[in-house]
Amino acid sequence: MATDELVRQKATLSGLDALEVPTRSRRPLGARIWKAAWPKLTALVVVMIVWQLLFLSGWKDPWVLPGPQAVFAELWRQMNTDELWDAFGLTIWRAAYGFALSLVIGGAIGLAVARIPFLRAAIGSIITSLQTLPSVAWVPLAILLLQLGEGTITFVVVLGAAPSIANGVIAGVDFIPPLWMRAGRNIGARGFALYRHVAGPASLPAIVAGLKQGWAFAWRSLMAAEIVGAADATGLGLQMMVYRDLNDAAGLYAVLITILIIGLFVDTVFGFVERTMRSRRGLAEAD
Amino acid sequence: MTIVPDLREAYAGLPVGGPAVALSGVTKVFGHGAASVTALDRVSLTVSQGEFLCLVGASGCGKSTLLSLVAGLDAPTAGVIEVTEGARPGLMFQDPALFPWLTVEQNVALPLRLRGVGRCERLEQARELLEVVRLADFARRRPHELSGGMRQRVALARTLALETPVLLMDEPFGALDAMTRDLLHDEIERIWSERNLTILFVTHNVREAARLGNRIVLLSSRPGRVVDDRPVEIPRPRVIDSPAVANLAADVTVRLREEVRRHGN
Repeated sequence: MATDELVRQKATLSGLDALEVPTRSRRPLGARIWKAAWPKLTALVVVMIVWQLLFLSGWKDPWVLPGPQAVFAELWRQMNTDELWDAFGLTIWRAAYGFALSLVIGGAIGLAVARIPFLRAAIGSIITSLQTLPSVAWVPLAILLLQLGEGTITFVVVLGAAPSIANGVIAGVDFIPPLWMRAGRNIGARGFALYRHVAGPASLPAIVAGLKQGWAFAWRSLMAAEIVGAADATGLGLQMMVYRDLNDAAGLYAVLITILIIGLFVDTVFGFVERTMRSRRGLAEAD
Repeated sequence: MTIVPDLREAYAGLPVGGPAVALSGVTKVFGHGAASVTALDRVSLTVSQGEFLCLVGASGCGKSTLLSLVAGLDAPTAGVIEVTEGARPGLMFQDPALFPWLTVEQNVALPLRLRGVGRCERLEQARELLEVVRLADFARRRPHELSGGMRQRVALARTLALETPVLLMDEPFGALDAMTRDLLHDEIERIWSERNLTILFVTHNVREAARLGNRIVLLSSRPGRVVDDRPVEIPRPRVIDSPAVANLAADVTVRLREEVRRHGN
């Protein structure tokens, strides 16, 4: 083939490539943060205004519905005591421990059910029905079996979270495109390497969705168990009950806000992981 | 060519033009009893080393089944398939089947990684292979950012990373627009001759077969049987719109239509 013909071919190809690839344009970091933050900030301001108006209207007595000022002053006071931080630390520890345990148990069960047809037929639907059972319903049984204490809390958290995680793993494995597995085997991935390099990453989006849902269930189960008083040591849930018993409405509201903030924070982390993964894989527009 | 030191070795001891892939009496039946379908019926075919063999047939002629068998992803019901010693054939599909969680270069480097090649070395080799398919500038991109034709070239680079002398291609350009397809014909022809590859290329596009192949083999449908086998003696470089390619394609099409008509009433 003549050399200039080759050169011309190469140029045509690279011209076509350039036309077909979208140019990358990302907004600066500050602009992206602002874009994500301003609707939330607006919502927060609206809530504060409505709250303050409700407080001023005298709809409820101030010892039942204190105004934002009193509550935030109380939150600030609590933040300067060990009381809040001890409860905070204990609750976070319980959540992390229970969630980690759910991850191991739910992950193992999910993988087993996905791979073994007999197990799927036997317990596949049980997992889904467990998911629909409000986990606070496990508390009486857990107290009966394990008495009041950390064991009961962990039991309830794991029963709340593990089914969601297992279902995420099952969905992940079920929806791996067969073509990817064929391609993986053809390029030399066998046995464990096929899981490590193809099946695992391919099912990751569904697994992360399962983890996110599992976390939500774990968090709710934990709060339910703490509020019921399934353990003596004071976590955030029990602390809230103590403030109610003391008729300290501002204290109760302040703990509630702390719990909300933790939930929001974890949700944001999961959201970030999910979005990054999706946009890398071309499943969502990067913003 | 430093990238594929194994290539010459893989052929060592073989006479030039010796068999790269040999099928004898290969039969594949899916299902059992009355519901069974014979996809391939006693297919015997030898692909010589360095040959560009195009396998043509209508739908349901078992072309894809045949490639799966040669690739070792499936086992024949009867018959023997022999592939040149040391050569595990690389397989390409109509879908590039790239992994979306990896960058372009990581995709190309994955076969090397699975063979235990060190990190720096495999990335360097991946870059060289991307140079071969002229995509070195897009090494850090993700597959979804590329066009269909570019993804298929990445898939080709990934298959070349297997360092196998035998390539199996299952309608690799079937989903591409005409302009891209013509350019990729030039590319695959260049890479085939530069690297002295043996290619078994499945297509239902008769012109494509006439443009690319040294030999065209026609399979009948249900069951798949070899019904025509002819060399292509049009000198290269070929142009897909040239009268020589068009005439040959017309000839093969006549034969193909005869086969399809057998299934009518």
